[in-house]
Amino acid sequence: MNARAIVVTSGKGGVGKTTTTANVGAALARLGEKVCVVDTDVGLRNLDVVMGLEGRVVYDLIDVFEGRCKLRQAIIRDKRVDTLHLLATSQTRDKSALSESRMKDAVRALLEEEGFDRVLIDSPAGIESGFQTAASAATGALVVVNPEVSSVRDADRIIGLLEAREIPEVRLIVNRLRPEMVKRGDMLEVSDVLDILGVKLIGIVPEDERILISTNVGNPASLDEGPKVAAGAAFRDIAKRIRGDDVAYPSYDQPSGFLASLRRLFGAN
Amino acid sequence: MFQGLFGRRKSKDELKERLKLVLSYDRAKISPANMDALKRELVTVIKKYFPSDDGDLDVKVEQQGDRVVLMANLPVPRG
Repeated sequence: MNARAIVVTSGKGGVGKTTTTANVGAALARLGEKVCVVDTDVGLRNLDVVMGLEGRVVYDLIDVFEGRCKLRQAIIRDKRVDTLHLLATSQTRDKSALSESRMKDAVRALLEEEGFDRVLIDSPAGIESGFQTAASAATGALVVVNPEVSSVRDADRIIGLLEAREIPEVRLIVNRLRPEMVKRGDMLEVSDVLDILGVKLIGIVPEDERILISTNVGNPASLDEGPKVAAGAAFRDIAKRIRGDDVAYPSYDQPSGFLASLRRLFGAN
Repeated sequence: MFQGLFGRRKSKDELKERLKLVLSYDRAKISPANMDALKRELVTVIKKYFPSDDGDLDVKVEQQGDRVVLMANLPVPRG
């Protein structure tokens, strides 16, 4: 993707926006990019805890907007990857400081003055002003969708709004795919989702309980090298594709392991 | 084939159909109820000009490439 400011969005809540922002951001930083992940979900701050940086937040985006600190003072550098940075949001309910022009200024300053290669903007759920503000500074979008009815419908709505904003690069991440359900015909296949939504794919992330476990301890799974966390590897592949690498999609349709073989033997599908 | 003979219909196929329909209405910004009203009014108008038409009219929104189109299929009665 040419876009250096990318909004991560979905419409529906709980589909994995923040997890995606943290993991893709961390993976991009591991690949050598100077990355800033920005939380714009004012009042419902979470990117800091997902990344395990909650103890280091002093100033946030709203402090910058309201002039209580300089932009540079609000940028938190990650402990594990020194090219990874977080700009947290405020936990207060007052969203009045949030505006499209301030957001655009902040993102422009991150890219042009602070020397960031890439800014990932974690959007709040919904299609209201919070989403619009997050999208206003972006030239690319990652739309996170789960293969289920309400998430796909909301993603369609979000894609329409991103197109109305004339964001040139809109890409889809199918998150929390359950291969065994797809195999049974009880979950949409990735090709079905693409057929319905009509945007380009950039990632498929399988459902993986180890994502929850790594989030529990504030350590993005994409930072664990090796294939043992399938979803972590999937997020690393997304980071490579954002950088323009042509990474093949692994096949998730063959559940492995003893239990899965037993289930196949006894025709549970 | 055996799925069709012995198995249930795949739930994801039903979901895909439902999503395609609901999204075409969402994109056209018209509710299925309003579409019914439109259809009834169209039938009234058409009957004015084709008195023998019995209202065998099919109206729907459809995705055609990038566009959402309103399709009205009305057989013109002979004679």
